[in-house]
Amino acid sequence: MTSQVIIQAIISGILMGLIYALIAAGLSLIFGLMEIVNFAHGDHLMISMFSTFWFWMLFGIDPIFSIPLTIILMAFLGVFTHYFIIRKILNSTMLIQICATFGLAVTIRALAQFFFTPDFRTIKNPIIQGKLEIYGIFIGYPQLFASFICLFAFILLYLFVTKTETGTALQATSQDRQAAEILGIPSNKMFALGWAIGLSCVAVAGSMLSNYYYVFPDVGVNFSLFAFVAVALGGFGSINGSLIAGVIIGIVESVGGLLIDPSYKLLYVFAVYLLVVILRPQGIFGRY
Amino acid sequence: MNLISKELLQAKNEPLNYFNKNSLIIIGLVVLGLFLYPFISPSKFALHLLMMIFMHAVMSQSWNVLAGFSGQISLGHAIFFGIGAYASGYFYTKFQITPWVGIIIGIAISAFVALLIGIPMLRLKGHYFAIATLLIGISFQVIFQRWSEVGGSAGLYVPINRDSPWLSMQFHKSKVSYYYITLVFFIITFFLVWLLNRSKLGYRLKAIRDQSEAASSLGIHVSKYKVIAFIISAMIMAPMGSIYAQYVLIIDPNNTFSVDISILVLLISVMGGVGNIWGPIIGSSILIPISEFSRIYFGGTGRSIDLIIYGILIISICIFRPSGIVSLIPKSFREREKAK
Amino acid sequence: MSILLKVENLSRSFGGIHANSDITFDVNEGEILGVIGPNGAGKSTLFDLITGFTKSDKGKVILRDKNITNIRPDLICRLGVGRTFQKLKPFADQTLLENVIVGALVKEKNLKVARDKALEIIDFVDLIEKRHHYAKELSTGQRKRLELARALATDPKLLLMDEVTGGVDQRTIPGLVELVLKLKKNGITVVTIEHNMKIIMDISDRILALNQGKRIAFDIPKNISQNSQVIDAYLGTVDAA
Repeated sequence: MTSQVIIQAIISGILMGLIYALIAAGLSLIFGLMEIVNFAHGDHLMISMFSTFWFWMLFGIDPIFSIPLTIILMAFLGVFTHYFIIRKILNSTMLIQICATFGLAVTIRALAQFFFTPDFRTIKNPIIQGKLEIYGIFIGYPQLFASFICLFAFILLYLFVTKTETGTALQATSQDRQAAEILGIPSNKMFALGWAIGLSCVAVAGSMLSNYYYVFPDVGVNFSLFAFVAVALGGFGSINGSLIAGVIIGIVESVGGLLIDPSYKLLYVFAVYLLVVILRPQGIFGRY
Repeated sequence: MNLISKELLQAKNEPLNYFNKNSLIIIGLVVLGLFLYPFISPSKFALHLLMMIFMHAVMSQSWNVLAGFSGQISLGHAIFFGIGAYASGYFYTKFQITPWVGIIIGIAISAFVALLIGIPMLRLKGHYFAIATLLIGISFQVIFQRWSEVGGSAGLYVPINRDSPWLSMQFHKSKVSYYYITLVFFIITFFLVWLLNRSKLGYRLKAIRDQSEAASSLGIHVSKYKVIAFIISAMIMAPMGSIYAQYVLIIDPNNTFSVDISILVLLISVMGGVGNIWGPIIGSSILIPISEFSRIYFGGTGRSIDLIIYGILIISICIFRPSGIVSLIPKSFREREKAK
Repeated sequence: MSILLKVENLSRSFGGIHANSDITFDVNEGEILGVIGPNGAGKSTLFDLITGFTKSDKGKVILRDKNITNIRPDLICRLGVGRTFQKLKPFADQTLLENVIVGALVKEKNLKVARDKALEIIDFVDLIEKRHHYAKELSTGQRKRLELARALATDPKLLLMDEVTGGVDQRTIPGLVELVLKLKKNGITVVTIEHNMKIIMDISDRILALNQGKRIAFDIPKNISQNSQVIDAYLGTVDAA
């Protein structure tokens, strides 16, 4: 095995990891705000991918141009989800919260199967295609572009949360809901905003993924599993943690697949999770 | 010398367990009815439907024992269903060991696996435990998909045996025997859980569920009892896997170690009422017919229609009736008889 | 009079804040020891350290001759140390009787015997009529009695009570105080955290005063009330408030 192959695996891992990171950041943001794990997160990713697919299929809009449309769609869906479901279970037990978001996941996936059938679909001839070769290392342009967009979105998210007034309010609510309320920050609006942003993250990742990934109703499952792992590793609620954790997962998946056996890719990532939570239950960078 | 109050004397004379005569009679009649039911020659579908309801009630009772008694939320309970299915199927296929022994092997392996998973994992709190069990459940599926000794992803085909139906636990002529086997397991399970609820162990587990710190201040070794609850739960699940395997005679990783099963048992319990012994029966009687009927009416596409109904029902339950359907039943019919 | 509990140089810090530093005191068999101190003085942390809910950084806890430092809470309970919590922790979805039975099961193997013992203790804390009420239906004062009954059911030699009269209405305070004195009469050694100075001065044999995680006085009530450091600590908090 040459070093080139290993470098290739690490680079693909990092590129994929940046996408995991953005998906996880959305999940983590929602968790940080209201301590709810969105078990439908992967299915929201699936909706974004289908949305991108249909914009292309029906109106011929290329994924790079439909990003804003998908973001708007998902942001609305986020607010809608918060308003009609999450808001009502905020004070319920953890079990009910898990059950409600799992119920949502089951519904979304079943609806997708009903309307879109379980077929695998691809977007043919997107604007961004082909690959780049440097010293015998191949990098697909769609992958490269997707990772850059996700990283860019991640930076925007970070700047928004840390530098803007609304972002600070969001953080305040996340740290202490009651104190924030006293300061006049309406937590209900912040939660809705959190859902809008959380699903926008997924919208960006989904749009970019559909450039080169199959689109089908179950596509979100593995992504959501990796997002759970990333959020747990990074510490529930820590956005920066999910960036590092996402990249680690990407690398573990791809290098583990290369060195040991690619059919057990999932297990390497799971093993990292189990090891970390047993040794350090608050996550690697966790604040809890 | 303290005066012993009348109230105390009276309290000491109260029976330890209160049996409501009326509900005992109702339960007795229902059980009798279920035993006599095959004699009115019902359709194959009716027997199948009832069998599925019993089976899923037991499976979700298994989940309910863990969540309802010790407060841990497992998202990987299909592990023990799969182990049960593979234990009886594998030993019958490879060594012609009767599935009845296979059931016991499955229970034993499940208990052991629950111990191995439970010791490190049950220290985890809340979401960490839930996600850990989800990932471990999927890991089992991935491993069995690639384990050639047990048939890989194609799975195991249980060899057909028409000569000795009871020994091979295969009944090709009618579903009646399967029906009775499931019914007996169903009744035994519910009786045992009922006993557990009233036992010393039950008191300790419910204490852990409600307030684990207070429980440990009362001399309860919390992590030990959580592992015990996990083991009991696993042992209830495993035989259902074995019976299912003998019923369909095909055991593959996608249908046994399936996240769908892990989630379904949770949904059934929440639907019926978590921590309530009747919850799983109620939940199973509502959800299982939905999927069985939709399979009939919608054929191939039925799979997702039942899931759409499931999903919407569950979300509605979470929003409007978080304590489950059982809470719709007036309290006087439930355990409130003790209170005056 | 023999020493039941000895605490030596017990220390614990959380992220640089010394919740308890070098706390030393002892408890005589059969006495009532009061623990006082302003909010954040480290009183509850001290209880958590003694009962094994928090691990200490340094120091020793000795029950009779046995070192019980940093052992598991359930073992400490079995060795005869009962406790109640400042923030009440009843088993909310169970009846009062069921709550107390859990405690009684520590020593009793038979459920019926445990039930009868639980009933006697419930009678002792004067809640026998409420035995079939769910814990969540009880008032704060009744829930304090529930916690006390639950801890008593484990047959403790030493009982740590965190804020007996805190958060209950004025009328129920005398009853609770009487209960503590009744415990003493029954030979149970009591360590109690209490904010009500009048009560603590009346019932305690000795008083341990803490401030900012440190022991500032350990003496009989009469001397405590004249101790300048104690007065300062309390006046200090009044100023701060």
